[in-house]
Amino acid sequence: MNIHEYQAKAVLSRYGVAVPKGKVADTPAEAEIIAEEFGTPVVVKAQIHAGGRGKGGGVKFAKTPAEAREYAKQIIGMTLVTHQTGPQGKKVKRVLVEQAGRIKRELYLGMVIDRGVSRVVMMASTEGGMEIETVAAKTPEKILKEWVDPAVGLMPFQARKLAFGLGIPGELTGKAVKFMTGLYKAFVDTDCSLAEINPLVLTEDGDIVALDAKMNFDGNGLFRHKDIEVLRDFDEEDPTETEASRFGLSYISLDGTIGCMVNGAGLAMATMDMIKHCGGSPANFLDVGGGASAEQVTNAFRLILSDAKVKAILVNIFGGIMRCDIIAEGVVTAAKTLGLSVPLVVRLEGTNVEKGKEILAASKLNIISAADMGDAAKKAVLAAAGQAN
Amino acid sequence: MSIFINKDTKVLVQGITGSVGAFHTKQMLEYGTKIVGGVTPGKAGSRIEGVPVFNSVYDAVKATGANASVVYVPPGFAADAICEAFDAGLDIVICITEGIPILDMVKAKRFMDGKKTRLVGPNCPGVITPGECKIGIMPGYIHTPGTIGIVSKSGTLTYEAVHQVTTIGLGQSTCIGIGGDPINGTNFIDVLSAFQADPKTEAVIMIGEIGGTAEEEAAAFVKAKMTKPVIGFVAGQTAPKGKRMGHAGAIISGGKGTAAEKIEAFRAAGISVSETPSDMGKTLARRLGLNVK
Repeated sequence: MNIHEYQAKAVLSRYGVAVPKGKVADTPAEAEIIAEEFGTPVVVKAQIHAGGRGKGGGVKFAKTPAEAREYAKQIIGMTLVTHQTGPQGKKVKRVLVEQAGRIKRELYLGMVIDRGVSRVVMMASTEGGMEIETVAAKTPEKILKEWVDPAVGLMPFQARKLAFGLGIPGELTGKAVKFMTGLYKAFVDTDCSLAEINPLVLTEDGDIVALDAKMNFDGNGLFRHKDIEVLRDFDEEDPTETEASRFGLSYISLDGTIGCMVNGAGLAMATMDMIKHCGGSPANFLDVGGGASAEQVTNAFRLILSDAKVKAILVNIFGGIMRCDIIAEGVVTAAKTLGLSVPLVVRLEGTNVEKGKEILAASKLNIISAADMGDAAKKAVLAAAGQAN
Repeated sequence: MSIFINKDTKVLVQGITGSVGAFHTKQMLEYGTKIVGGVTPGKAGSRIEGVPVFNSVYDAVKATGANASVVYVPPGFAADAICEAFDAGLDIVICITEGIPILDMVKAKRFMDGKKTRLVGPNCPGVITPGECKIGIMPGYIHTPGTIGIVSKSGTLTYEAVHQVTTIGLGQSTCIGIGGDPINGTNFIDVLSAFQADPKTEAVIMIGEIGGTAEEEAAAFVKAKMTKPVIGFVAGQTAPKGKRMGHAGAIISGGKGTAAEKIEAFRAAGISVSETPSDMGKTLARRLGLNVK
């Protein structure tokens, strides 16, 4: 789960991580009041879940409160297009108004989980403002890394190592250590999967502050962080994916024409590959999970059919614990209640497969049955192209 | 022979009183697995499917001599259950639970350091040695005893491979799901080296998916250390970047972990790559020089 910059800064400041003085504004009038209260200059920043906002015109430097109001007026309600939003862009609902400090140096600080060593790693680079992936690809030697032993947490010596490596002046080491250990504490306390301070700035006044902040959270850890869960902004998410998650379905919308319903993430990905191999293109990734009920199958169908791009549906089930007869009943019920507007190809294998096939045959529905995965994909591709099988 | 588990493996079920644990206890018993006990804190003295329940793994081991456990404990408590099983000194712990917070696994891995117990999973279908012992959630009846070892990150895709191996007239020595989480216990290399050492296993099917670099590392191992034929498939060739495809670990981030890179590594290591998920059996048959229609 992602949150907005202003929310991430609020979370981080609770852990002693220094952030600029700022407040969020929903209206231009509010932005002006905040600018008056803080004193100008201020920075007005669009709040969307995507990077590259500055280049897209979503970050403005205001010298007076009136200017802050004017910029907020321009930004709130605009559709901001950045390299991370896709061409359709994202609508801005609010802005963060922050006191503007005088920047001396811009650095990078980030944390992720390094799956190779099963530890949290803190990464730092002198290339502030650049995407870490770009730095990693071009100049990997410029990325400093410290892996954290979970038994003791990020040790001060590790933070000092990073600080000296970044060339942070000796008299600011204390502030750097406080910043980094605070960031680590926030990361583990809130079940983060990624935290990024880009840029981390040294100011002319000798402070170290997070000019920007990004936090992603592990969805599996959210159950123990109700305070983080409420920060979720549904407007920033794909509505179909959000609805799917409510039904316990894992759904990702894609660009193609063949709607897929599969049990198991690996088999679902493999089914998409098979479709592509046969010359078609999947409309979605959809894993109904290991123990889907007839109701879940119906919900899955509703989601697939809600996508206007879908020209055919492919159901690929290898029933293990999930029985094929239950799936078949779910498919029949869903097809009858929702109405089948597009061809449906079904491949069933595994537990109670014969019973499942009988149920499909007895339903009198126009279902194209397939012998195996390859056959199913071929038939679905033909059906989506409007050709009879 | 087989790897990791066999007809003598004595299994505990952690989380046996939950609905999932109880259901699969019945399934495993029906398959012939020696389930000797269950663990649910506070439920000692009760029985599930005739199996005695204990308060702790330690108590259960003392009373039954168990050397393996399977974890069906809910995600918020599963890492603790894994650590408890390690502390009790079992040979192998197989964790089925999906959705364990990743930082719980970071801590658990630290706890596991230097201990002799093997973890398989989490978020996996389990391990089966056909005809001898089934630990997990896979449908037992699709398996046939034989000579092909199968290792995979994905559950249902493993079933698909098993089915295709059976279709070409072969069976399986042991099938292992290592799970789709970014942090897990047993990895591809652990399993490959065990298959290489197992006299019964003649060839291996390895099924990977996008995300991480485990497949690339496994390919390097195959090239350096394996003499047995290996057949590979990588799921997610069409997956878009930055989207998590169901499994927590299945995500292409920062341009790393693509299927194309993994397939390239497989080929370079002499692994026969199945172009599509429905060609795993046929690719195996070709590699072994079998005549299959």
